[in-house]
Amino acid sequence: MRLDVERVRKDFPILQQKSHGKPLVFLDSAASAQKPQVVIDSISEFYAKSYANVHRGVYELSLRATEVLENARRKVAGFIGGEERETIFVRNATEAINLVARTWGRKHVSRGDEILITHMEHHANIVPWQLLCEEVGASLVVAPIDDAGQLDLQAFEALLSPRTRLAAVCHVSNTLGTVNPVAELARLTHACGARLLVDGAQAVPHQRVDVRGLDCDFYAFSGHKLYGPSGIGVLWGRAELLEDMPPFLGGGDMILSVSFEQTLYKEIPYKFEAGTPDIAGAAGLAAAVDYLDNLSLEAISRHEHDLLDYATARLESVPGLRILGNALPKAAVISFVLEGVHPHDIGTILDQQGVAIRTGHHCTQPLMQRLGVPATARASFALYNTRGDADALVEAIEMTRGMFA
Amino acid sequence: MNPELRELYQSVILDHNKQPRNFGELPDANGRAEGHNPLCGDHLSVAVKIEDGRLLAIAFEGDGCAISTASASLMSEAVKGLPVSEVRGLFERFHGLVTSDPTQESAPPDLGKLEVFAGVREFPIRVKCATLGWHTLQSALNSGDSVSTE
Repeated sequence: MRLDVERVRKDFPILQQKSHGKPLVFLDSAASAQKPQVVIDSISEFYAKSYANVHRGVYELSLRATEVLENARRKVAGFIGGEERETIFVRNATEAINLVARTWGRKHVSRGDEILITHMEHHANIVPWQLLCEEVGASLVVAPIDDAGQLDLQAFEALLSPRTRLAAVCHVSNTLGTVNPVAELARLTHACGARLLVDGAQAVPHQRVDVRGLDCDFYAFSGHKLYGPSGIGVLWGRAELLEDMPPFLGGGDMILSVSFEQTLYKEIPYKFEAGTPDIAGAAGLAAAVDYLDNLSLEAISRHEHDLLDYATARLESVPGLRILGNALPKAAVISFVLEGVHPHDIGTILDQQGVAIRTGHHCTQPLMQRLGVPATARASFALYNTRGDADALVEAIEMTRGMFA
Repeated sequence: MNPELRELYQSVILDHNKQPRNFGELPDANGRAEGHNPLCGDHLSVAVKIEDGRLLAIAFEGDGCAISTASASLMSEAVKGLPVSEVRGLFERFHGLVTSDPTQESAPPDLGKLEVFAGVREFPIRVKCATLGWHTLQSALNSGDSVSTE
């Protein structure tokens, strides 16, 4: 099945607008993706017709709202090949990783233990582990990457030790687009008795993810990068691990019974969902999952890889432009620097041409140091982007070069 | 290219970005500070030499966008030789220039060459770039033995 991008674009109302008088060319979906009308409608429809609190009332509306939430859980679990009870709603991937650090981490990581990450991690997959290490007296170990931006697999394996409790890696690098061989990393990690957490924020919108096939232990992602609403994210974890973990936040909705002497917690996943959840967000996320399933992730992936190849070739022909990250395989994220022009200036000038890209360190400051640059410009492609968008990008970069010549 | 962009990246700014003045080390400095702009990863350091309450010499180093580099460069020219007591007032007027409402008529800022940064008003996100050098200079003036000269 081929992706009909012109039809797809009509599904995204925000793409119909102009930016600085020019057609909007949105190339920052790796930061957050735009929303199709069906997602927007699902939220307003839920508020207009089915809203009430969940898991509480015996009245019809509450039952209907509960069904909306649990239907979303069913869809999301199916989308990644997990079970419903293993699928926990959180705010975003950052919160999902913090949840694991604060619960599983505090229980299973102690003084002298090690947590292994990679040099390409987002701050969200660095800082929670630093906090944990500081708290319990464990060490953070960093697996190196090569100049193409690929994980050094041999070094990763060599750094795994009997002291390693957990490896935490991104599935796809938000800065370089590098796709990590997660199934292989799971095999290596498990072979030394450790667990594997995968930050999948950049992977789920672009490729079919099957947590069982990957054989990871935890998988975290955000709804907003998946064309869903901001404010909802997902932590998937193996049931046997989740059952053994202490709760994250305490409060209503996560308890079986509370007395001042003892509180009993609900079964998973509810044990980890204290307080009223983002029910409307779940409705929107379910609509986003349906939308992607209808288009087919395989078709989306093919479309984005065509854009990646096309844009890479066009950008490589720009004098003075250097692309950072040439991993194989690679997702449709292109980080680049332009000789003599700071990324921040590129960002401002491109914006005035209607081209929205991200500039800066992309929440990966250690990676920037490894690459030897203070910042990069980053164009990321999504299902609604076209070759014309890549042309507009290149044209605006040429204009920038002209200004700074 | 639209007029706002032309105004922001006018030739004086592009020139100072390419060839920043007073760029490098100041071996006999008696005040120093580091400045960071976490949004874009820019960082620069400002070193000053102060004698008898006067800013005798200034130099800056770092890695930043055209706006922050050119601003630090033009600032270094503007403040060199000034009594330290006048630097704060100059920064306040400069800050007013880059943050004022572009749709409102305002009195001429009387900032000489620094007025090339008036275009920053149209780009609020870039105000931090234009003022990074100035903030760092303030810290440098308040650092070490230079504090006593205030």
